[in-house]
Amino acid sequence: MTLEPRSERNTMLLNLGPSHPAMHGTVRIMVELDGERILNSEVEIGYLHRGFEKTCENRTYFNLLPYTDRLNYVSPLINNAGYALAMEKLLGIEAPERAQYIRVLMCELSRISDHLTSVAAMGMECGAFTVFFYMMKAREYIWDVIEFTTGARMTASYIRIGGVRADLHPDYRAALEKAVRETRKVLKDVHGLLDGNKIFLDRTKGLGALTPEEAVSYGWTGPCLRSTGIRYDVRKARPYLVYDRMDFDVPLGANGDNFDRYMVRMMELDQSLRIVEQTAAAMPPRAPIAVGDRRYVEPSEAIRVSRSQRVIGPVRLSPNLEGSEKDVYRDIQAADRRWTLPPKEDAYTTMEGLIDHFLFFMKGRGIRPPKGEVYFSVEGGNGELGYYIVSDGTDRPYRLHLRAPCFHVVSALERLIKGRYVADVIPTFGSLNMIGGELDR
Amino acid sequence: MRPERVIGNLEKRFPGEIVEASKDGEDLVLVIRPEALLRIMGSLKGPPYSYKLLLDLTCVDFRRDAGAFEMVYHLYSLDANGRVRVKVRLPADAPLLDSLAGLWRNANWLEREVYDMFGVVFRGHPDLKRILMYDGFEGFPLRKDYPLRRRQPKAVKGNST
Repeated sequence: MTLEPRSERNTMLLNLGPSHPAMHGTVRIMVELDGERILNSEVEIGYLHRGFEKTCENRTYFNLLPYTDRLNYVSPLINNAGYALAMEKLLGIEAPERAQYIRVLMCELSRISDHLTSVAAMGMECGAFTVFFYMMKAREYIWDVIEFTTGARMTASYIRIGGVRADLHPDYRAALEKAVRETRKVLKDVHGLLDGNKIFLDRTKGLGALTPEEAVSYGWTGPCLRSTGIRYDVRKARPYLVYDRMDFDVPLGANGDNFDRYMVRMMELDQSLRIVEQTAAAMPPRAPIAVGDRRYVEPSEAIRVSRSQRVIGPVRLSPNLEGSEKDVYRDIQAADRRWTLPPKEDAYTTMEGLIDHFLFFMKGRGIRPPKGEVYFSVEGGNGELGYYIVSDGTDRPYRLHLRAPCFHVVSALERLIKGRYVADVIPTFGSLNMIGGELDR
Repeated sequence: MRPERVIGNLEKRFPGEIVEASKDGEDLVLVIRPEALLRIMGSLKGPPYSYKLLLDLTCVDFRRDAGAFEMVYHLYSLDANGRVRVKVRLPADAPLLDSLAGLWRNANWLEREVYDMFGVVFRGHPDLKRILMYDGFEGFPLRKDYPLRRRQPKAVKGNST
């Protein structure tokens, strides 16, 4: 840390963070104060640096997926989707339609959880603890839907190269409808609690404002950029998956201050709920499964029988693999079998399936994209989430770089708090929605 | 403006300084000489191209195969919805390049990260120092010759505040 007192006056250096309840994870801000006014500041990041990019260079394309969960850990499925789509562009494959709808559904649920968390934390830091509890409650309902299908609440690793890991749970609709209904209720309550709240307005209106030109110069994207009035949303500008079939608006702010960032997130929550409902309504049906005599064979029996003869009838899979049965593969995984995991039933019961399985995981085999480079971006919770991948033809990326939207947003923090009071740091920082895992990688 | 026209215009304006120009889908890919970086980037940022958003800036260590570091810039034009990828090859022994901090404000932190991870030095950067690693860390972790599992003692010096 090199911040030295720069002015002649009697100033004070104050250290905020890195471990401070209002510092969202770990970041350190050194401020030089004249009374309560901030003359200069320096933001120090890197406390959560885990060497994501270096690690990825030493993992196979399949194995590095769980690391992407841990970037923006509030919306991990969008990180999965960004990586999977970048790889699909590099490999030249496309996921089946049902998988694309499932991805959009999961991405929007993640965005809702991301925005809920951001607004909840910002409200809490301004003293509105009720908002925090209400929004956390809504987030639980959202995560219930995610857990229903992916089996995990946060680190799901669910969206895979070429498709998704498993089909939707047969009963997901009930959980989804409940989540949407409850979230709408919470949003109405939060609007009522905060929109006209004098304490909240005093700490957000006109504070931490950035002009559109400056926001562009800082590389802002996502809700923060849109709060300044610039209409840029990757889902609209460069539609991926099936976003071009969805009917949704891009909410804009006008002043680019804390309040507008809050408001844009609240309005985007409404839009995401709309998209969620549309995907659920338009979800392409699963191809019909051949009915008949479906006597399930237990795995141990299947393995025993397969030593001497072909196994007749479907194999019962472990509950962990629910939704990834061979029958649903054509709906959730790309047709090109070279890049996707072979069905478990085949690996259990046939020689070819077992060989495919081994070849997929053997060192130097598996997913080996052609030489080349790719940049693909999706709209993450915080803005444009881009993957830049350089392939040298082997089974590991030569270089994998993440364009983390947070990094650009937080780089403007010094500018936002200059000349303001110490108390303004907290709502300003809260409105930026810093996510340490994505910022420091 | 169509990518072909952008390439044509730039080649006319900066003769001999654009090494390669190609297209990646709708996006433009340019390889330029390091000396021309500031002028070409300044030109791309202004009218008529107006690639005003510096999306990303990073580096790839190609020393093993090509004997060079490669800087990769991604620019985006909000008006034309176009992306351009600009690449600059730097010698392996002395990676030195002009800083873009005067053109884009986010270049400040992005270049600090590249300096931190690859040891590329940016001329004219206002405050070039490590950003993710701590003061006193030795070496550049994303270089290919930096071992994956090397451990370093936490530095005490330079961590005065």
